[in-house]
Amino acid sequence: MPRSVVLRLDVADRVEHLPGQHYVVRLTADDGYRAQRSYSVASAPGDPQIELFVERLDDGEVSTYLADVVAPGDTLEVRGPIGGWFVWDGTAPALLVGGGSGVVPFLAMLRDARRHGRTDLLRIAVSSRTLVELPYAMELMDAEALIVLTREPYGDRVASRLMADELRALWEPGCTAYVCGSERFAEGASQLLVDVGVPAADIRVERFGPSGA
Amino acid sequence: MSGPTRGFLGRRRERDARLPPGQYDVGADWPVLTAEPTPRISPETWSITVDGKVAEPTTWSWDEAHRLPSSEYRGAIHCVTTWSKFDTHFAGVSVDTLLEAARPTADAHFVVATSKTGYTTNLPLEDVTGGKAWIVWEFGGEPLPIEHGGPVRMLVPHLYFWKSAKWVTRLTLLTRDQPGFWEQNGYHDRGDPWREQRYQGD
Repeated sequence: MPRSVVLRLDVADRVEHLPGQHYVVRLTADDGYRAQRSYSVASAPGDPQIELFVERLDDGEVSTYLADVVAPGDTLEVRGPIGGWFVWDGTAPALLVGGGSGVVPFLAMLRDARRHGRTDLLRIAVSSRTLVELPYAMELMDAEALIVLTREPYGDRVASRLMADELRALWEPGCTAYVCGSERFAEGASQLLVDVGVPAADIRVERFGPSGA
Repeated sequence: MSGPTRGFLGRRRERDARLPPGQYDVGADWPVLTAEPTPRISPETWSITVDGKVAEPTTWSWDEAHRLPSSEYRGAIHCVTTWSKFDTHFAGVSVDTLLEAARPTADAHFVVATSKTGYTTNLPLEDVTGGKAWIVWEFGGEPLPIEHGGPVRMLVPHLYFWKSAKWVTRLTLLTRDQPGFWEQNGYHDRGDPWREQRYQGD
């Protein structure tokens, strides 16, 4: 079974998204039963397609379908872009802190920054259990993101959770911090930022719940 | 485009009649969804104010609010992210009790709830009156945990749960509707789970 799947969708007549926004995918069974879930967009505005990253959860009703059943050429019902808060305008300095599949909206931001030659605006810290489980690991390494692995060493870094000193080194006054990940990760990382001295008003949090199933 | 999705069977079909469309039973879990860091609020510094289009703008401290007639809710809550939680038990005070003291004026038709963090959500006045809304500080007989909005949150269980503002400190009555945080960000203005009013345009 794949651990995750990247879906690239042609969406006719779509409204261009902002980096950080998400789409809803809605599935309908023959008898009319429906299930829908939200997925962050990984592609940059200007990409002719919409790219969604779907983590396959073994007990997930929607993610197992998207990972195991859906095939090129299929038609999916989607809705979006959604969300106006957890977005980056492409011009302000930002600290991006993502855990697991919480890195996905940051890929949209990174790719957007790259297209405009403004990767200098972004500082990125990403956390994963292991490197192979980190979505878009190569692209994040290439962007010189701080890679935090909790179950294995990475370079000189021992396996451990994200630490306050690491965030302190990345944050500069005036930049907005974006935190995205599981409940536990988002709560921990946002409190670390507060402890480091980031004003709460400068922290935007997106939490994945079981809603991600 | 709402025809069947090729090859999608879906999960169990014996749906609980208490589940609104598109929702699933989260069981004993209670997911946390907040757009901001969790604030630290002590009961000693918390207060609740009712102001705006009222005859008597009123503020209650923690102790004063606890001396009001207590009221409780037993039943389900529904989050727009598709989980529902059954058999919850909250206790606090009915919003009706606060409004009886503050006395809304005849031109009051909407309310904006504001939390300590600055989060806001808007509701029609009729959605918070008539025993439909509470200010709560207990969950399951215990103090409401901070990550779930403690020490005190709003509870409007017949609407999606983002309407139940965490860490609520102010209810402002208005003549005209004024979209709150999520409502300005693409979510539905009213949020009735039984009509599946998730996003603008639903």
